[in-house]
Amino acid sequence: MLSLHSYFLRHARVRNYVSESEVCKLESVPLDFGDYHPLKPITVTESKTKKMTRKGSTSSTSSSSSSSMMDPLSSVLDGTDPLSLFAAAADPVTTAPPTDGARRKRDRDESSAVGSDFEPWSSKRGEILARYTTTEKLSINLYMGSEKGKATTTGSAVSEKVRTRLEELDDLEEGSQKELLNLTQQDYMNRIEELNQSLKDAWSSDQKVKALKIVIQCSKLLSDTTVIQFYPSKFVLITDILDTFGKLVYERILSMCVDNRVSLPDNFSPESINDTAKETCLNWFFKIASIRELIPRFYVEAAILKCNKFLSKTGILECLPRLTAMIRGIGDPLVAVYARAYLCRVGMEVAPQLKESLNKNFFDFLLTFKQIHGDTVQNQLVVQCVEIPLYLTLYSPAIDWILQCIAYHAPDVLLTEMMERCKKLGNNALLLNSVMSAFRAEFIAARSMDFIAMIKECDESGFPKHLLFRSLGLNLALADPPENDRLQILNEAWKVITKLKNPQDYINCAEVWVEYTCRHFTKREVNTVLADVIKHMTPDRAFEDAYPQLQSIIQKVITYIYDFALLFSVEKFLPFLDMFQKESVRVEVCKCIMESFIKHQQESTKDPVILNALLHICKTMHDSVNALTLEDEKRMLAALINGFIKMVSFGRDFEQQLSFYVEARSMFCNLEPVLVQLIHSVNQLAMETRRVMKGNHSRKTAAFVRACVAFCFITIPSLSSIFTRLNLYLHSGQVALANQCLSQADAFFKAAVSLVPEVPKMISVDGKMRPSDAFLLEFLCNFFSTLLVVPDHPEQGVLFLVRGLLNVIQDYTWEDNSDDKVRIYTNVLHLLSAMAQESFIYHVDKVDSNDTLYGGDSKFLAEINKLSETVVSQILDHLKTLGKEETLKRQSQLAHYFFNTILAHGDLRNNRLNQLSVNLWNLAQKHGFADTKTMVKTLEYIKRQSKQPEMSHFTDLALRLPLQSRT
Amino acid sequence: MWRGWGSRAPPGHVRRCHVAHPGSREAVSRDGTMGTTLDVRVKRAGKVYRDGEVLSGVVVITSKDTVQHQGISLTMEGSVNLQLSAKNVGVFEAFCNTAKPIQIINSTIEMVKPGKLPSGKTEIPFEFPLQMKGNKVLYETYHGVFVNIQYTLRCDMRRSLLAKDLTKTCEFIVHSLSQKGKLLPSPVDFTITPETLQNVKERASLPKFLIRGHLNSTNCVITQPLTGELVVESAEAAVKSIELQLVRVETCGCAEGYARDATEIQNIQIADGDVCRGLPIPIHMVFPRLFTCPTLETTNFKVEFEVNIVVLLHDDHLITENFPLKLCRM
Repeated sequence: MLSLHSYFLRHARVRNYVSESEVCKLESVPLDFGDYHPLKPITVTESKTKKMTRKGSTSSTSSSSSSSMMDPLSSVLDGTDPLSLFAAAADPVTTAPPTDGARRKRDRDESSAVGSDFEPWSSKRGEILARYTTTEKLSINLYMGSEKGKATTTGSAVSEKVRTRLEELDDLEEGSQKELLNLTQQDYMNRIEELNQSLKDAWSSDQKVKALKIVIQCSKLLSDTTVIQFYPSKFVLITDILDTFGKLVYERILSMCVDNRVSLPDNFSPESINDTAKETCLNWFFKIASIRELIPRFYVEAAILKCNKFLSKTGILECLPRLTAMIRGIGDPLVAVYARAYLCRVGMEVAPQLKESLNKNFFDFLLTFKQIHGDTVQNQLVVQCVEIPLYLTLYSPAIDWILQCIAYHAPDVLLTEMMERCKKLGNNALLLNSVMSAFRAEFIAARSMDFIAMIKECDESGFPKHLLFRSLGLNLALADPPENDRLQILNEAWKVITKLKNPQDYINCAEVWVEYTCRHFTKREVNTVLADVIKHMTPDRAFEDAYPQLQSIIQKVITYIYDFALLFSVEKFLPFLDMFQKESVRVEVCKCIMESFIKHQQESTKDPVILNALLHICKTMHDSVNALTLEDEKRMLAALINGFIKMVSFGRDFEQQLSFYVEARSMFCNLEPVLVQLIHSVNQLAMETRRVMKGNHSRKTAAFVRACVAFCFITIPSLSSIFTRLNLYLHSGQVALANQCLSQADAFFKAAVSLVPEVPKMISVDGKMRPSDAFLLEFLCNFFSTLLVVPDHPEQGVLFLVRGLLNVIQDYTWEDNSDDKVRIYTNVLHLLSAMAQESFIYHVDKVDSNDTLYGGDSKFLAEINKLSETVVSQILDHLKTLGKEETLKRQSQLAHYFFNTILAHGDLRNNRLNQLSVNLWNLAQKHGFADTKTMVKTLEYIKRQSKQPEMSHFTDLALRLPLQSRT
Repeated sequence: MWRGWGSRAPPGHVRRCHVAHPGSREAVSRDGTMGTTLDVRVKRAGKVYRDGEVLSGVVVITSKDTVQHQGISLTMEGSVNLQLSAKNVGVFEAFCNTAKPIQIINSTIEMVKPGKLPSGKTEIPFEFPLQMKGNKVLYETYHGVFVNIQYTLRCDMRRSLLAKDLTKTCEFIVHSLSQKGKLLPSPVDFTITPETLQNVKERASLPKFLIRGHLNSTNCVITQPLTGELVVESAEAAVKSIELQLVRVETCGCAEGYARDATEIQNIQIADGDVCRGLPIPIHMVFPRLFTCPTLETTNFKVEFEVNIVVLLHDDHLITENFPLKLCRM
């Protein structure tokens, strides 16, 4: 039977492509581009529960450094994803498991309480910890158990024996006193964390007394003001422990109230609490009331303030004023103000509606304000070598917090009153600063001129003035001052700022005010401000210590001025960039600028100023690439540069465009994706030229197009990825063909053919090694389709490219157990049958393909036949080798594949071919590996085809093709 | 009112009292071999009862097997224990009678006759009327150093020779009845200057100071805190600490002679560090349960209370102002 094969393509089916396409064309359905598109960015309309990003502008560099490309994934993330929604919904305070009924009620309750516009303590925490640090050694002093060392006789007498015995009982609990000295800040923080953990452990192992002792000892640490510059951070750490404790106690008592697994509603009344729970709760309060020292007693009671809810409705209402008054007993003003801050914080959490005690706390603070300048404090500062300005800044977090609590949803009248009170105290800078950081930005902005006047008036000694201007600037960045005052505000503020001597102080202020300037003024003012910054930061290379601030300035400028023509006309912008001399920062800044460009630039540009500047910036980014650069980083840089290249257009000035690409190639030669983009751009340019000339090149354009082709031809070899090269050769060859550059196209195709043997077995795809055959198969099929229309070179033999490719395929070392080679051969048959047609299925405009060249010459057809005979014999040989047990399945599949090819492309009126196809059919089914469903479908297809007038021979064929059942 | 003055180390903190409230203590009598446990539970969570009320609860017996016993009885006892302090023992050895416990109440009921109890958990309810005979008074529970007034419920399970008898004791607390009539507030104002001090050695070396204040009342309801205010109007030396020292004065004895001992119950700091001048500081002290009781005066013993306001200056000068209190239960 196998001898029949040689007749195959002598009988290639004659195709009438036009009529076939009429029959086969799918009914065209107008595409609906209305609402849905799978790649369309998903917009989630639900508003994000954002934390108020007030005053957060100092270190906002990281927030926008993500990829700037319009990426559907990133825009999905812009909406609120379910996880963060969940996290936002989880209330950190009430952790009692809510039942469904309770939850609805709770939601309502909370809406009347503190809303999401209240900046929570948690967001302040990190800021404080980062800001108030020390290099000095710290110590922790813990007295677990009794206060043995301190006990001495009073006037009253207790028998020594009794006392010692009782104390011993106490000491049995745990090791008494331990003192840890010489701790670094990190050690200290670790210790505190350990204490936090041991509190939880003690609690869970039912050692409630020990837990209480730990909490008492921790809060005692707050009365210690040695290493005073660390105090705010210490406060943060220790109040964390107190919060843990408060939560544990509350939850425990709450759990005692659970009867029959029905938990309490969140707004339970004290009457619904059972006696045991009440008794336990009362016990806690009695225990705490007997704590000897004031500060621990205050903090621990404040920590479990919420538990008052179990005892009476008015418990919290009565407790808050008492605790507020209790703080008056704390002599150290710094310790006292932090105690007030803690009380305000707990108060806001537990009973936000009770504003009175918040105000009372602030007024009490004002009453004791004079203490700050008293002898006791001053002596302490001398001992610790701390300057007054530094000392005063330690107050800021606490006062800010108290004022923020007061100012939350407070009427303007109250704020005005608060301001007046502060004014009365000699217009104190510390208070003024806190007022500005805590009150609503709108409130401050509306009174900017007043504030500037107050800042000017307030006394010089103590709190640094530049901080005041900084705070004011932060407000003005958020809210707009009255139209008429704007320029004056800037002038007044900048007058002070520019006089600052210390570069750090200066840049911290300037950074904030740049935003105000960009927001309300033109490029002239921005330019002046930038010039001033340059002037201040250049001496002694001061900019080296201020990169974050400088970066933030750039970011603010490009946020407000995103018209790049305007931006680059700000004369000092580029000189400003020159200050970024550390490469990593410089690249970071360049990235920001490019991101902004890609995001905001709507139309392509040829503005020489923009091009020059951006080329320079891109060059900087490109030059940062070295052997150590991460792949991701490279990809990102390349994406940014590509984004830029795509936006450059010189319109009809194609030559200029090409020379730009040439320049870009020389600049960005280390980034392959950029080179690939350039090749595509140049190809596009060539096609654009063709479009403009409507396909008829003049001598000039022909030369230009050849220049483009040459550009591609010499650029492609410098790429490393083999498939990129192959595809680009093919693509560029097609472009060359389309532009009637036949010999150039031949060169591309020849290059591609000679590259195929180099294709490795495995290639790396997304960092994983994958076999390359699928990619090669795909490429070759694509290549064949192109080769159909490539006319033969007059000096080379007939079909020399196809032959060349077949030779390469023949010699390529294929995977031993793969059928890819045969699959390719089968596809070659498709090509050859298409070539045998009188008129090819497609053509390139203005290029004569072989059908025209040979005009169906019999010699040409004979060549095709000869080729196909070889190919068919190769296929059949291969089928024969698959006769072994383990390869029968593959044999069946290949046979079927080949059968389909003959069915589609062969002329089955030829008896021998007909016989071959029947044999293949049987072979496919022979060993029961054929998919019955497919076979049935194929048969149905044949029967259907037979109804067409020219296909009547299919009827006979169908009769000769038996269907084997699986059994 | 007496005033003390001295220069010395930090004030003595005799000892802090953090014996847990008996209400929170739970112990179970257990018999090792058989795993039989006996427990007495009174009904009220706080275990607080008053004269005339009925003390009710259950005795719980848990066992894996059946329990053979010779009878279970429950005893309610109340007594005053007087102890003489070491320094007074010599003087009072003659009157050892006075140191013997004074019984206030004692009654026993037989709960179950000898027999068997089924395995598992058996609960036997009981009720005791707290009724005093004649004009005897049910004193309030009080745990002091020299005077102790304690009430207990004791359950005994007598068993055969082979098994140990089981006993379980449970303390309950008696609060005296509210006193009739309205409590008259008795506010006290005070001013402390170097001149008002007694027993000062070198008045000239003293720093100048003026401390003013008031207690809202020295007649106190035991469940309400002691309140008042204190203002440091001026002080040359820095203030180190201001404390409230609650002191009990226990007197034991009879017509022949007596011993009077003052001991600190608790010490509460109301100011820490150099407080702001002229700013009123609140005085606030909760009376600890168990260690305080309404001021008590009987023929054999007395329990009284006082508060000291102790101001400690930075140069270790100690200023004390004493106020006797009268506690009562309303």
